[in-house]
Amino acid sequence: MEFFKIKRDIPFMRHALIFNVISALTFVAAVFFLVTKGLHFSVEFTGGTVMELRYPHAADQEKIRRSLEKLGYEQPEVVPFGTAQDIMLRLPVRKDVSGSGTSATVFNALCAAESGAPKQVQQTTDKGENVTRTSCVDAAGAEVVSLQRVEFVGPQVGDELAQNGLNALIMVVIGVMVYLAVRFEWKFAVAAIVANLHDVVIILGFFAFFQWEFSLTVLAAVLAVLGYSVNESVVIFDRIRETFRKERKLSVTQVIDHAITSTISRTIITHGCTEMMVLSMLFFGGQTLHYFAVALTIGILFGIYSSVFVAAAIAMWLGVKREDLIKPVKPKDETDGAVV
Amino acid sequence: MNRYPLWKYILILVAVLVGLLYTAPNYFGDSPALQVTTSKATVKVNSDTVGKVADALKREGIPADVVNLEGAGDSASVRARFATPDAQFKAKAALERDLNRDPTDPDYIVTVNLVKNTPAWMQALHAKPLNLGLDLRGGVHFLLQVDAKAVQDTRIKSVLSSVRSELREKNIRHAGIDRVANNVVVNFRDEATRTQAHNVLASQNADLAFSDAADGNDLKLIVTLKPEALQRVVEEGVKQNIAALGKRINELGVSEPVIQQQGRDRIVVQLPGVQDVAHAKDIIGRTATLEFRVTDDTVTPGTELSAAIPLNSELFTEGPGAPVVVSKDVVATGDSVINAVASFDQNQRPAVSIELNSEGGRKMRAMTRERVGKRMATLLKEKGKYSVLQVATIQSEFGSNFQTTGMASPQAAAELALLLRAGALSAPMEFVEERVVGPQLGAENIAKGLHSTLWGFVAIAIFMIIYYQLFGFFSVIALACNLLFLLALLSMLGATLTLPGIAAIALALGMAIDANVLINERIREELRAGNTPQAAISAGFSHAWATILDSNVTTLIVGLALLVFGSGAVRGFAVVHCLGILTSMFSAVFLSRGVVNLWYGRKKKLGKIAIGTVWNANAAGAGTAVKKG
Repeated sequence: MEFFKIKRDIPFMRHALIFNVISALTFVAAVFFLVTKGLHFSVEFTGGTVMELRYPHAADQEKIRRSLEKLGYEQPEVVPFGTAQDIMLRLPVRKDVSGSGTSATVFNALCAAESGAPKQVQQTTDKGENVTRTSCVDAAGAEVVSLQRVEFVGPQVGDELAQNGLNALIMVVIGVMVYLAVRFEWKFAVAAIVANLHDVVIILGFFAFFQWEFSLTVLAAVLAVLGYSVNESVVIFDRIRETFRKERKLSVTQVIDHAITSTISRTIITHGCTEMMVLSMLFFGGQTLHYFAVALTIGILFGIYSSVFVAAAIAMWLGVKREDLIKPVKPKDETDGAVV
Repeated sequence: MNRYPLWKYILILVAVLVGLLYTAPNYFGDSPALQVTTSKATVKVNSDTVGKVADALKREGIPADVVNLEGAGDSASVRARFATPDAQFKAKAALERDLNRDPTDPDYIVTVNLVKNTPAWMQALHAKPLNLGLDLRGGVHFLLQVDAKAVQDTRIKSVLSSVRSELREKNIRHAGIDRVANNVVVNFRDEATRTQAHNVLASQNADLAFSDAADGNDLKLIVTLKPEALQRVVEEGVKQNIAALGKRINELGVSEPVIQQQGRDRIVVQLPGVQDVAHAKDIIGRTATLEFRVTDDTVTPGTELSAAIPLNSELFTEGPGAPVVVSKDVVATGDSVINAVASFDQNQRPAVSIELNSEGGRKMRAMTRERVGKRMATLLKEKGKYSVLQVATIQSEFGSNFQTTGMASPQAAAELALLLRAGALSAPMEFVEERVVGPQLGAENIAKGLHSTLWGFVAIAIFMIIYYQLFGFFSVIALACNLLFLLALLSMLGATLTLPGIAAIALALGMAIDANVLINERIREELRAGNTPQAAISAGFSHAWATILDSNVTTLIVGLALLVFGSGAVRGFAVVHCLGILTSMFSAVFLSRGVVNLWYGRKKKLGKIAIGTVWNANAAGAGTAVKKG
């Protein structure tokens, strides 16, 4: 089987300007949404409490909201989580109550609202572990609400995580640029970083526009995408260098076109395979991996676009020449140096 | 040209076998087990305990498969494995009865547990099953942070009293000592005294920093705690707390608790299977600080509640020793307590023997020298409230080692010893993060993670085999080996698998296929250029290698950045991400080449290779594809 029966080099660079304008517009739109709407950060970053509750019947969100308001939470966030029986509460950090006690207070209040009473239950799981948990049972002894998950993050931890996330991003950008500058040439390093940071900003733009929850796992996905797209650009740059070496008569534009054309089938197939895995996570991974997979999907799609249409074009405009790449005659030594 | 020397094949074989060996423990079934731990500081779990457990089981006639000791020090536990849950159940009752003299106050805690049926020889090779994170097995996760402010407060208080006593000892006359914010300010009337005081204090305390100041006619010496000294106190506090927490958490009867330091001043506590946060917190958060102070002699015992309290003293009304009026000066705090054990004095009366560190001992000696016959109070501060544990009369001058008596029973002595040791938990902590995952949710998460990896893998495998035929199949073998190596490495390193970790495994596989696609595309290209199959294979692999290396290094940079700056979920992701890159380089390039070589390398006259359609633009000028595969 062969998907790509390409007879001639595709003149990608002829339309480079148009593609870059499209890119720039998307980028500006993403920045606009990031600025106006902002990211919907998860509690990991903001601090606060998230609780996941399971009701035996469809949960009455209004009732839950009223109970929370009675506890002094203004506009508590109560959203269904997967099914109508599963409810997620998101409560901000309050100065007047110690954060780590929130979950117990809220659970007891919600339990009372269902006219149940908290009760200690001891049981041994099928794994043989002793489990003591507080469950909420009504007069008939049936469980009226159960606590599935609690996550409390103190505000100081949140700040730190945000700072660490930013540090990680900076370190990735610097690390990748240095590597590319050593391995190729600074023009490529700049081109790759610009092209791929634009992917990152676009992913963030999507998260801002749809107000999807931006959690630590999503951050990991975003950074993974950054590495993945750079890797994509590297494959193309590698080819550009090789073509420069082999085809002495071609112009710079032709070389780039040739390099992209000869790697396009690999680009599409690789991304297709990775995307299959990501889609599998999207379909089977449940709520926790949902936005992780969404971020990866957007990143992979824009990654193709930016490596094919944007990165090479920027390198071209920065004025890559044959001499930039051919100089080092000992690629082997260079590899060793760069890897260390 | 496409042949590996024998050692390369052997290397691949060995790698695969090692991979199988280290992933194998995950496939073994569970067997019912019991875990014996202690929550008492006075009780040690060691090889003697193993003997006791084995003896007790033998007496009761319950056959145990294995009885052994796991862990060391405070986290040590005895594990006993049984053939049936019935035997496990009987053994639990038997052990609880036999090991503990007093059922209301058990020395040992027996917890039911499940352990993997890994054969002993595998355990000897450290081939253990993967640890599952809390999001996969359910449980409680806490992040505790040492309250540096409170630590500082305690330290400043003790600096204040040590400055006072040292100046008094050396007969240096000062015009008052005050605490101003986090500094201790000593006033002097003349320059010479100030210099003298400075020299004396500086020679005794390496942890203090001094600066001079003047306020009108008053000369001041400002004493501050060096930041690094404070830092050290916090760090020591964290270590001490980790040790103390180990004992307390055993009370909860958790099968495999995790207590680890994170960063400088934080402790992670993970309790698998525990769902009752309130109870767990109660036990963990039982932070208490201990203070030894002298009583105020100006107040006659018995009249404390009505008497006027002097400015430099405080009245405490809680606890067995109350009411009592004590000086605000702290002689020694819990952090100078090294040990406290229940014992008997020479008259066979119950007593508690206390051992202080040298600094505490020095202060104690200085204080007791002047106060023989007078009284000293032991205060425990819990949740900001003081309770008076005991008020004892000082019989003679003493230092680091002393005994206190006056307890009604040996039990009371043991209790006091326990409280004293609890008070040694000097650095108060607060909960900064808390996560509870229900066991049901954990099981769901495992299923979700497995399904997404499995179906993604299957989809990729089907596609690769259809598109690249035999070479696709080789790639799938390489990918499967990659998964094997990755799991084996994770097991070997004792890494904990979390849901983001599983996601990283899936992603690593999705990205690892890139190397094989690169190679296969290159081989097709070489064939298209008219090379012979053998030359095409060789050139394809060698050309793709440089590209694979480059692209993996950039991915590795990302992985390392996440590893350095990530915490919690991201760290689990990063570990797998980095390892995945390393294993994929090995399996996608070295191993898949080995398989290809094994298949094609010996055929001298290779006419065609099964790598799917190789479409040739030149030959297909008329629009017909030339099929070579």
